[in-house]
Amino acid sequence: MSAESISNTGAARARKVDLRVIGPLVALVVLILIGVMLNPNFLSYSNVTNVLARSAFIGIIAIGMTFVITAGGLDLSVGSMAAFVAGLMIMAMNWLSVSMGDSVVVILLGIVLALGAGLAAGFINGILITRAGIEAFILTLGTMGIYRSLITWLADGGTLSLGSGLSSLYSPVYYGGILGLSWPIIVFALLAILGEIVMRHTAFGRHCAAIGSNEKVARYSSVHVQRVKLATYVLLGLSVGIAVVMYVPRLGSASATTGLLWELEAIAAVIIGGTLLKGGFGRVWGTVVGVLILSLISNLLNLTDFVSPYLNGAIQGVVIILAVVLQRNSGPAR
Amino acid sequence: MSEPILALKGVTKSFGPIEVLHGVDFALRPGEVHALIGENGAGKSTTMKILAGYLSQTRGEIILDGKPIEFTGSDQVEDLGIIMIHQEFNLAEHLSVDQNVFLGRELKRGWRLDHRAMRTRTAELMSRLESRADPATPVSEISVPEKQMVEIAKALSRQARVLIMDEPTAVLTERETEVLFRQVERLRDEGVAILYTSHKLGEVKRIADRVTVLRDGIMVRSDLIDDVTEDDMATAMVGRELSDLYPPKSDRGAEPILEVSNVSVRGVVENASLTLHRGEVLGIGGLVGSGRTELAEAIAGLRPRTGTVMLKGQPLAAGQVAQAMKAGLVYLTEDRKGAGLLLEKSLRENLTLPLLKDFGRPLIDRKREEAALDRAIEDFAIKVPARNMAVGDLSGGNQQKLLLAKTLLSDPDVVIIDEPTRGIDIGTKQQVYNLIADLAAGGRSIIVISSEMPELIGLASRVVVMHAGRVAGELAGDAVTENGIVRLAMGMEQSGKENAA
Repeated sequence: MSAESISNTGAARARKVDLRVIGPLVALVVLILIGVMLNPNFLSYSNVTNVLARSAFIGIIAIGMTFVITAGGLDLSVGSMAAFVAGLMIMAMNWLSVSMGDSVVVILLGIVLALGAGLAAGFINGILITRAGIEAFILTLGTMGIYRSLITWLADGGTLSLGSGLSSLYSPVYYGGILGLSWPIIVFALLAILGEIVMRHTAFGRHCAAIGSNEKVARYSSVHVQRVKLATYVLLGLSVGIAVVMYVPRLGSASATTGLLWELEAIAAVIIGGTLLKGGFGRVWGTVVGVLILSLISNLLNLTDFVSPYLNGAIQGVVIILAVVLQRNSGPAR
Repeated sequence: MSEPILALKGVTKSFGPIEVLHGVDFALRPGEVHALIGENGAGKSTTMKILAGYLSQTRGEIILDGKPIEFTGSDQVEDLGIIMIHQEFNLAEHLSVDQNVFLGRELKRGWRLDHRAMRTRTAELMSRLESRADPATPVSEISVPEKQMVEIAKALSRQARVLIMDEPTAVLTERETEVLFRQVERLRDEGVAILYTSHKLGEVKRIADRVTVLRDGIMVRSDLIDDVTEDDMATAMVGRELSDLYPPKSDRGAEPILEVSNVSVRGVVENASLTLHRGEVLGIGGLVGSGRTELAEAIAGLRPRTGTVMLKGQPLAAGQVAQAMKAGLVYLTEDRKGAGLLLEKSLRENLTLPLLKDFGRPLIDRKREEAALDRAIEDFAIKVPARNMAVGDLSGGNQQKLLLAKTLLSDPDVVIIDEPTRGIDIGTKQQVYNLIADLAAGGRSIIVISSEMPELIGLASRVVVMHAGRVAGELAGDAVTENGIVRLAMGMEQSGKENAA
């Protein structure tokens, strides 16, 4: 033990490049290089903004999911929760526009409702997991089915559509933007930065990692374990609400297939980004990279006729498995 | 003297560039208990793991029945009749006791498992170990000492020729230790060669026939047990004379700081009461399972309870850990690895976890955290090979010092320390004892819970003894003796100052 190694934490942190840390970034860069080689339009302004805007919904949800998974939890219900919240929002706005006309106020009320509904849905998941002690996987499997069936019922098996007047008034929230960036991209970026700061530099983020790492140790260290876990689900619900607010103006409709498999894409993005599925360690920037990797793969397949776009799922599957294999502790098993 | 069954000859072991064993010669003979002792990090574990095939030596030879042998793995070694009982249990928590005992070598009738035979055999083994654990109980539901007994039953069921025991008594009470020793003696008489490690030198003196001392990876001395005293062993381990192990006791003030009355925890503690004064070191004795830990956890807000706890005249709400800490009462757990430290996290993250809010809000001030770690490393003399290493890679003694630093970070008035020196070496023990005395001298009040009688007697001026969930009695001053504690702990007398209602 040398005095140098004790005093110089900076050097210790910048130690050898660890593939497990930068692996996702390397994969993203490789993917971009392949894309540029296969199609010169790949890095064109319109393609890049298109990819980013489409990945924003999953991305916003995945940021919330990063906290849930880091704290040792899981939420399978977010996809159908998004569909259900979108359905509620559309119905409420249509109903309000009857009396209030196609006004901005109606849209604002719809947004407030969507955020509130997401928050409430997250709270229900969280309270049942923390107070009633139901396994997160089982509980959210249940609420996933409940929300999916509720949206199907509300839409009567078909589609709920926003009135055309409201729809055109609301659409700039998806299609508009400033400085050449559309709103979903801006919101995704801001939330990503905020999420990264919260995860890395606040007591809440540190507590999430401690709970996921060993709940008993966290409890014995006077961390409010149940409160923090509940907060992660509430935050995830809120991020679903935000994603819905950005998503509804895109198509102006919701149906039984809205948000299908979003939960798995969000979880996959979190894991590809280097967060541990069993909890204890999470990073939001990794999740963002994971989201980008997944959407670039499908974009690449659509742009090139090299591989059929029908194989999208297969390639994403291989990437997910590779990511986990590469991140596994490579040291000897005890 | 008989020929060794298993021996090491000039064995060295390096991890990367660092050599941790330097040419060790070591022999295990049939019908002999050979104790291997040394401070944490002296190379005991490495030696044992080489003998049991978990690690391979860098240089030197392993000799089995007089012939050099190359171990290929722990499975092969077990088949040769060399069994190691690990300090950290290797039990499948959700399987029952008998399923664990026969794990990997299940008894079969044809292609089907012979449940009845395994259950009967397990019951025999467990009763031989005087354990009341039902073979059908899942291991997750039995106590820590019982788990140790299951590990031993597992080894007994395997017809061991060589038995390697890594601190088997660390989690056992004195009575359970006696039971274990009877089994060890029985095995020895049957001709099994036994390697035994412990930090408790009294036990080594009691059970071993031969003792070898390791220090910094070198074999310092190896003697028949009758030729050495406990002092000789301690001196050889530490490499210097150990002055009196326990610091002088300080006088307690008269002012009560913690008053616990009629505290009950369902099923484990009944109407326990005690009083702690400012500047006092109060001991809590009793067998493992007598409710000591549960009482302490109830006081600290880690368990639901009834009854009242008054700290500095103010009541503490039940089940509120954070509030108790804020009011100035903290608890240091006996379960360092399960409840004390996040093993895969860094020292810094562990140290500041209970008090993160004091390190900047809303954003954590990394510099202040690092400064706090600097102070802790210095104040508690924590040896850190690399500052960013995972806490799980520290030695037991250094983990305990870090846990102390973490628990004391909030500058509490009352500290409850459960098993302050479990699984740590004698040099570190002394540091911990001095620290406890310093805390008391500085006006803090300490409760020490311990299974080691000398520790209670050496540290505490007053000892409360628990038996079967109740306070069996209290001893003070010259009445604090091993005999007195044992009598109360075994429920042999209900006299003393009866505190419980």
